[in-house]
Amino acid sequence: MKHLLGTEDLSYANAIRILDTAEEMAAVGEREVKKLPALRGRTVVNLFFEDSTRTRISFEAAAKRLSADVINFAAKGSSVSKGESLKDTAQTLAAMGADAVVIRHWASGAPHRLAATDWIDAAVINAGDGTHEHPTQALLDAFTMRRHWSRLAGSPSAGADLKGMRVAIAGDVLHSRVARSNVWLLRTLGAEVTLVAPPTLLPVGVEEWPCTVSYDLDETLARGVDAMMMLRVQGERMNASFFPSTREYSRRWGFDDNRLRALDSLGLKDTIIMHPGPMNRGLEISSAAADSPRSTVLAQVRNGVSIRMAALYLLLSGDTREPATPTAAYSKESH
Amino acid sequence: MTSVPEAPVPAKVQLSRVVLNQADIDRALTRIAHEILESNKGSQDLVLLGIPRRGYPLAVRLAAKIAAADPAVDPAAIVGQLDVTMFRDDLSHQPTRPPYPTQLPSTGIDNKVVVLIDDVLYSGRTIRAALDAITDLGRPRIVRLAVLIDRGHRELPIRADHVGKNLPTSSAEKVRVRLEETDSAVSGENSGGAVNEVVIEATA
Repeated sequence: MKHLLGTEDLSYANAIRILDTAEEMAAVGEREVKKLPALRGRTVVNLFFEDSTRTRISFEAAAKRLSADVINFAAKGSSVSKGESLKDTAQTLAAMGADAVVIRHWASGAPHRLAATDWIDAAVINAGDGTHEHPTQALLDAFTMRRHWSRLAGSPSAGADLKGMRVAIAGDVLHSRVARSNVWLLRTLGAEVTLVAPPTLLPVGVEEWPCTVSYDLDETLARGVDAMMMLRVQGERMNASFFPSTREYSRRWGFDDNRLRALDSLGLKDTIIMHPGPMNRGLEISSAAADSPRSTVLAQVRNGVSIRMAALYLLLSGDTREPATPTAAYSKESH
Repeated sequence: MTSVPEAPVPAKVQLSRVVLNQADIDRALTRIAHEILESNKGSQDLVLLGIPRRGYPLAVRLAAKIAAADPAVDPAAIVGQLDVTMFRDDLSHQPTRPPYPTQLPSTGIDNKVVVLIDDVLYSGRTIRAALDAITDLGRPRIVRLAVLIDRGHRELPIRADHVGKNLPTSSAEKVRVRLEETDSAVSGENSGGAVNEVVIEATA
């Protein structure tokens, strides 16, 4: 694994490896000294062409906990606003000696372009590209679900997958990279995914995706759901009339107080409510649902740091930089 | 173009020699357990931390032996596992190593007598990493080191307090510790079965 670009081509073994490593990284967050020396002397660049709070802070915290140096680069207030191209920006960063580039870009495929060209010889981590992929978000969602799923089964979460878990993802699938990454990763891990959205907010070709599609949230809940993920209605991308009014959206596809009560009456006492944030309270999720004990919103943020530590560690710790010197002295695992 | 005839390469022969069998390992661990109790003047404040992978099962065995010698000891309460992967100095020169869990006894390690336990002491670099890892977890009163095999070739000023067996080796040889908790027999009529042995492998 040299780059983390998406979950569509992430193998089962690599996905489990990231989740298991994140499990150990999570333990570091509970210690008194929340720092590991693993990436000392490495430089991680956060290259953000699009606004973000939690993803950037999460990557920054992850890199710092692994003792890497972090350079934050926001397109606003940089040469990008003077018209610098992605290539020139990347080559500038390469000249400064970046070991990993965490990139968020408004254009789908920008991280793949960076990884496929020789502009920069660094590990590329996709932190969200256009409406395409957001792999670390999907991994942290899967991590949160796996912890819940193994706690229900009473087994340790390390090494486990999500076989048999019923996950519903509801909301603005059309614009959501989180939904895409989740659908592919959850398929790899063995979960059954149902997408719930108004027809106008489903992309063309969604019937080819490895999931079922529904237009009715109540019917999906009635069939039984173990994890309910609400997606943010992306106001900044709502450039056409996808639904008549926010009130109608909230009533038909939002997770409101009635649906929260319905979970109890349907006997779904172990169903968790997830949201990748930032939340539009009262639109796709009601305050009561977001603050209920079922909500994993804050656990997701916490797990995000662990997942990103695992990704950075696995991409940066290997013998990527120089060929390993044939020293016999520490060739065996535990001497 | 002429092709240069290659010099005949001697066929690589794997020579392996068992240096400790199950009974030898058991005797060595019994002696180490008593040495640990002796140098600590009892079981007061003892914590055994095994280094993955094979140090941990050895720590569990040692704790059982210490409990057998001193009935006041609860073996499960003094054993822990200490992962040192993140503290190694060769992380950027080796293939990526997935970390193992670190589990400390519920008493913690502050003001305790921590005995680090590993299978083979070689360059000493793992132990250096372990000392760094301990610093981040707490402040023990004393840190000691017990190993099943000391094979020499140290690269750092580190020595073991308790050694199961000193094995003079050449650095071309490999020392393999196989324990039933982590390994199964690789050959022989017992192939795939439980195994407890220390083997020196040499390529001649």
